[in-house]
Amino acid sequence: MLELKHIMFERDNKKILNDINLKIDAGKFIAITGHNGSGKSTLAKIIMGIEKQDSGQVIFEGQDITNKTIDERARMGIGFAFQQPVKFKGITVLDLIRLSANKKMDRREACRILSQVGLCAKEYIDREVNDSLSGGELKRIEIALLAVRGSKLCIFDEPEAGIDLWSFQNLIQVFEDIQSRKNRSTLIISHQERILKIADEIILMKDGEIQEIGRPEDILKEVNAQVPCCKIQYDEDKEKI
Amino acid sequence: MEKIEENLLETIAGDDVRTGAYNIRENGKGVERQVTENVKIETKKDKSGIDIYVKENTKFDIVHIPVIITQSGLKDVVYNDFYIGKNANVVIIAGCGIHNDEHNDTQHDGIHRFFLEEGAKVKYYEKHYGEGKGDGKRILNPVTEVELKEGATMEMESIQIKGVDSTIRETKGKVYKNANFVVTEKILTHKDQLAKTIFDVDLEDKGASVKVTSRSVATENSKQEFVSKVVGNAECFGHVECDAIIKDHAKVISTPEIIANNVDANLIHEAAIGKIAGDQLIKLMTLGLTEKEAEDKIIEGFLK
Repeated sequence: MLELKHIMFERDNKKILNDINLKIDAGKFIAITGHNGSGKSTLAKIIMGIEKQDSGQVIFEGQDITNKTIDERARMGIGFAFQQPVKFKGITVLDLIRLSANKKMDRREACRILSQVGLCAKEYIDREVNDSLSGGELKRIEIALLAVRGSKLCIFDEPEAGIDLWSFQNLIQVFEDIQSRKNRSTLIISHQERILKIADEIILMKDGEIQEIGRPEDILKEVNAQVPCCKIQYDEDKEKI
Repeated sequence: MEKIEENLLETIAGDDVRTGAYNIRENGKGVERQVTENVKIETKKDKSGIDIYVKENTKFDIVHIPVIITQSGLKDVVYNDFYIGKNANVVIIAGCGIHNDEHNDTQHDGIHRFFLEEGAKVKYYEKHYGEGKGDGKRILNPVTEVELKEGATMEMESIQIKGVDSTIRETKGKVYKNANFVVTEKILTHKDQLAKTIFDVDLEDKGASVKVTSRSVATENSKQEFVSKVVGNAECFGHVECDAIIKDHAKVISTPEIIANNVDANLIHEAAIGKIAGDQLIKLMTLGLTEKEAEDKIIEGFLK
């Protein structure tokens, strides 16, 4: 589905990504982890076209998309959820959900999507996506936007950041739902062990390079040794909610 | 009325303009009028314009007073005074549309004065619009003066979205005990258009309040200026918020002035001018919108 060939990216004379080569097959759930500054987010942004690599190629479904714009890539089937959700004046949650779904979606369906990420839909659907929403609420809306889009490749940049414990349980469910759709692939940048565990493969990055790729059961120990993951501590009562 | 005039009328006043009380002014003259049991409209004797009287305790009446101009070169000045009785509750829809296909400038200056008695409530909508193929300018200079007595409330919404080449908009207010003045302004300018807004509101008594929200988009070579002055003379609350998006070679100036003459006056002015945020464009592009579509969507939302 996705192939990256010899991706190089430098900023302020510092190598951020150094000769990244990677293949992601259709239907796979891939987690990328690594220390802050290891190049994870930059790599994700290059796939979406938000950042432009200095050299190298991005191939999506057999087509060279290296020179395609963000919106062209979006229309081809790549979706992106930002680590820091963007705020708007005058644009409501419902507006964004409809834009993301790219169809005239009725309120009921939009509410269902919001409920999936743990938001009481009636309270949020007509609210502007602005400062009146908390960071956690914005984050859940951001995830809902990608869930509704139906992209072939969904990229999440640290979806767990700013998410409370209850929502985190739902979040895992959302990823599993997306992944259950035929031939959909998911690429998640994460430090959370719960997320890494459900991945088909984990990519460990260090200093702008891919240090290791493997199945969770094979490399999670190594990952934990290098990048101590934040384990979600939850008690049984909360899990029953 | 011809098709151009009807279309202008509908654009500024909607399709139900002839319901309730109304007075339609076309090319400098009153052409249609209807009064109701609670709303009386009289032609001024000393100058061009009308006096509108709303009886006290009137509930939920609608008054339309649109102005349309299709005669190129006309300079129309009108004085309309509104006398709103105690505890009346009305919606007033005004506005002006100019269609100019010629080379001469067309101008409308509407001076509207509102006198709200105790407990009266008014929602006042004002829409300005220009169209036509001529290079003659379409000029609109509305003046709104408001006097709100004890417990009165006035919500004013002013929209100028398209085709007005030059506008100087003045809003003055005197707000008395526990009265509340809310103003929302939305302006979009392009080409070489000029839009200047001047707010000058005095909060005179305890509990008086004003909230002004201005959202504007200046594009191409247009210029906008926003001047606001709020004076607090008592224990009162004033909040002015001016947000502007600037594009191309446009210019935006925002000049705040808040004056507290009383230790319990609580006055706030917020102003922000900037181009469309890059991250907003990128976000919408990740949803499949082109850069142009994303920009339009952001502006549409901003002015909604």
